[in-house]
Amino acid sequence: MANLTSNFIGIKSPNPFWLASAPPTDKAYNVERAYEAGWGGVVWKTLGSEGPPVVNVSGPRYGAIWGADRRLLGLNNIELITDRPLQINLDEIKAVKRKWRDRALVISLMVPCDEESWKDILHRIEDTEADGVELNFGCPHGMAERGMGSAVGQVPEYIEMVTRWVKKHSRMPCIVKLTPNINDIRKPAEAAYAGGADAVSLINTINSITSVNLDNFAPEPMIDGKGTHGGYCGPAVKPIALNMVAEIARNPATRDLPISGIGGVTTWRDAAEFLALGAGNVQVCTAAMTYGFKIVSEMISGLSDYLDDKGMELSDLVGRATPNVTDWQFLNLNYVTKAAINQDDCIKCGRCFAACEDTSHQAIAMSADRTFTVKDEECVACNLCVNVCPVQDCITMVEVPKGGLDQRTGRKVGEYANWTMHPNNPSVAAAE
Amino acid sequence: MPNSPQTPGIVAQRLPSSQVAENFATYMPAYEAHEARVAADRCYFCHDAPCMTACPTAIDIPLFIRQIATGTPDAAAKTIFAQNIMGGMCARVCPTETLCEEVCVREVAEGKPVEIGRLQRFATDSLMAKGVHPFTRAADTGKRVAVVGAGPAGLSCAHRLALHGHTVTVYDRKPKAGGLNEYGIAAYKSTDDFAAREVEWLLKIGGITLQTGKELDRDMTLESLQSSFDAVFLGIGLGGVNALGLGGEDMAGVSNAVDFIADLRQASDKSTLTIGRDVVVIGGGMTAVDAAVQAKLLGAQTVTMVYRRGKEKMSASVYEQEHATASGVTIVYGAAPVKILGAGKVEAVQFAYESGETFTLKADQVFKAIGQTLVGEPIARDGKKLIKRAGKVWAGGDCAAGGEDLTVTAVAQGRDAAEEMNSVLMGSGA
Repeated sequence: MANLTSNFIGIKSPNPFWLASAPPTDKAYNVERAYEAGWGGVVWKTLGSEGPPVVNVSGPRYGAIWGADRRLLGLNNIELITDRPLQINLDEIKAVKRKWRDRALVISLMVPCDEESWKDILHRIEDTEADGVELNFGCPHGMAERGMGSAVGQVPEYIEMVTRWVKKHSRMPCIVKLTPNINDIRKPAEAAYAGGADAVSLINTINSITSVNLDNFAPEPMIDGKGTHGGYCGPAVKPIALNMVAEIARNPATRDLPISGIGGVTTWRDAAEFLALGAGNVQVCTAAMTYGFKIVSEMISGLSDYLDDKGMELSDLVGRATPNVTDWQFLNLNYVTKAAINQDDCIKCGRCFAACEDTSHQAIAMSADRTFTVKDEECVACNLCVNVCPVQDCITMVEVPKGGLDQRTGRKVGEYANWTMHPNNPSVAAAE
Repeated sequence: MPNSPQTPGIVAQRLPSSQVAENFATYMPAYEAHEARVAADRCYFCHDAPCMTACPTAIDIPLFIRQIATGTPDAAAKTIFAQNIMGGMCARVCPTETLCEEVCVREVAEGKPVEIGRLQRFATDSLMAKGVHPFTRAADTGKRVAVVGAGPAGLSCAHRLALHGHTVTVYDRKPKAGGLNEYGIAAYKSTDDFAAREVEWLLKIGGITLQTGKELDRDMTLESLQSSFDAVFLGIGLGGVNALGLGGEDMAGVSNAVDFIADLRQASDKSTLTIGRDVVVIGGGMTAVDAAVQAKLLGAQTVTMVYRRGKEKMSASVYEQEHATASGVTIVYGAAPVKILGAGKVEAVQFAYESGETFTLKADQVFKAIGQTLVGEPIARDGKKLIKRAGKVWAGGDCAAGGEDLTVTAVAQGRDAAEEMNSVLMGSGA
């Protein structure tokens, strides 16, 4: 059993699996059940200013997309921040933290964009002994209309300003939660860093409409005949989140800024991927909402076995893949592979042929008896056949070794050379 | 002219040995990795899952299936073994259709359960194939425990005791350990010497000494064990076999199904075993099904299982009954044996329906499978079974009250007895 103990910006937890600020962390009852199930930490659902709490809709709050067997692939929601009175939340947070000293408890905050509001809420939470704060600059629905959430997160200057206020009025570690509803994720991360943030967490949910009701002609989830865009999350958003985490991790301006990875983490493997790309820990919501808190058992056993198998510490994994994320222009143009179809595994469905013949490079031949073979002289190694093949590992990409002949180009495979060195690149020509 | 299914009498080689070998090898093939992932994907990860409640050893089934689904079968195996150290054998022999898979929400809703047993086999095979034992023995406690009977109950108990750091000696009257796993499970369910390999793997925990060929009341007494050990566990099974109480039972060609099943397990080339042309099996339990099906696999021309009560009372599950009929066995319900007919050797058996109507089945071989019984009078009994605890003596498995003639129940009782013994030995329990 690998040691999964995590220390994220000084906040210790028995494992790197935290529950994200969301409905599962809205009250003591849920949070205690989560801790009992083994979660390392939670970010308590976002608190707002003192005063009458926000109001949530009483119609459906979630929309979803599913696989054929009702596997939930993506979820969106239009729930706002906590609709419970501030003091009740504060009392519960304090009681829970006292009872569960070894677990991380971070408070998510979202108040109007003025220094007094932030100073006030920070003062009110000081007594809870929570481990840190997370600034919710990500929520894309409802609160953004009121100048909060992603309305702040989309303006780097506001992020820097508010972060500065928080660091000025609180000694707590400060995590800035970023919205993905922006063109370049590096800018808000740089702003948070400049404002003194101890870490960023990402991604918050993505603006979305999951489906349209074609009888009532309204988006789902539908409230009395109307719908609005909600925040998209779950397994479907993971690739987007992974890229954004990697962009921040490899940005020279923010490479020292710790990251809490969020976005579709459902299994140990998802978590390991976020960690490898530079996240110091991960936050989870949709998987817990779909399967219950118990899924953390699988995340713990899986990550532990993986680390043991690799002979690595948790800290060895964090950022291990970051140096291998690069720009397209630095990819080796002299790396040549060819698809190879294992005839013993092939079930002769012909999907590779259809994909290659209709949409790619006509590099697969089909015989009268449905034997499919790769034409090396046509194959550009696009990998589409591998991806559409229903049999895992039936089609693989085999490297043509250096000095070997590429049947397609008629040239021998050469040494590493990328676009910046390529004669077709006008910039290269200009430099000569 | 070689023998064939039509050859009269009790003879060997009714089928070519390659055919017999194939018959015994193809019952339930193991999953390929891809098949396992697809099967695992069907699990809904139910809350407070009914399958887990139905499992006598309470394996966390949704968790282990999720661990398979996420590509960590070794973690899945650990989840299984933590509750049931013989999860490998149970994956092969559990009547899952009446336990976990019967209550799977997808069985209830669709009539098609998640294939929990086969998934369990995939996970346990994966870890055992690496020769890895997933647990580490605690520091030696200095306590010594005798376990009588190296069957599922005894070995499960011994393993859990050893895990807690106790030193265990396991006695068994047979030359090999494993009990019914080694001698009583149908050969086609435990192929490739699995029972023996499982014992060897289980003993890797350390702290367990195996003494085979040692029988209670012959080589040692309960009193001698009580005086030389800190505690004793009896997992002696049911050594006796019920008799029909009919004339002609000792005729040539009439034998106990359990002996036939044991001979099959110990034979390396099963085609060398003799089998009748017309075989009659009397009984309605798993032993009867196993004998009947295997008689068919050896090449008997007709095999008829006769059970004195109706189909719904049969202790062999509907799945097992269907497996028997699909294998070519005819099942007759509601008929009791009246007379065994023959001169020196059996020629036929006469049966009577409840109505009194009689009929006669031609038979050159008859297997009796109407239940096993406890032998000896070692300690206090509750009816026909041992009470589970008396003094510093515990009991579990088929010999004990609550034993159900199931490997998985025996494993659970052995494990639970070990936990209780541990509490008592270490002074934290009554």
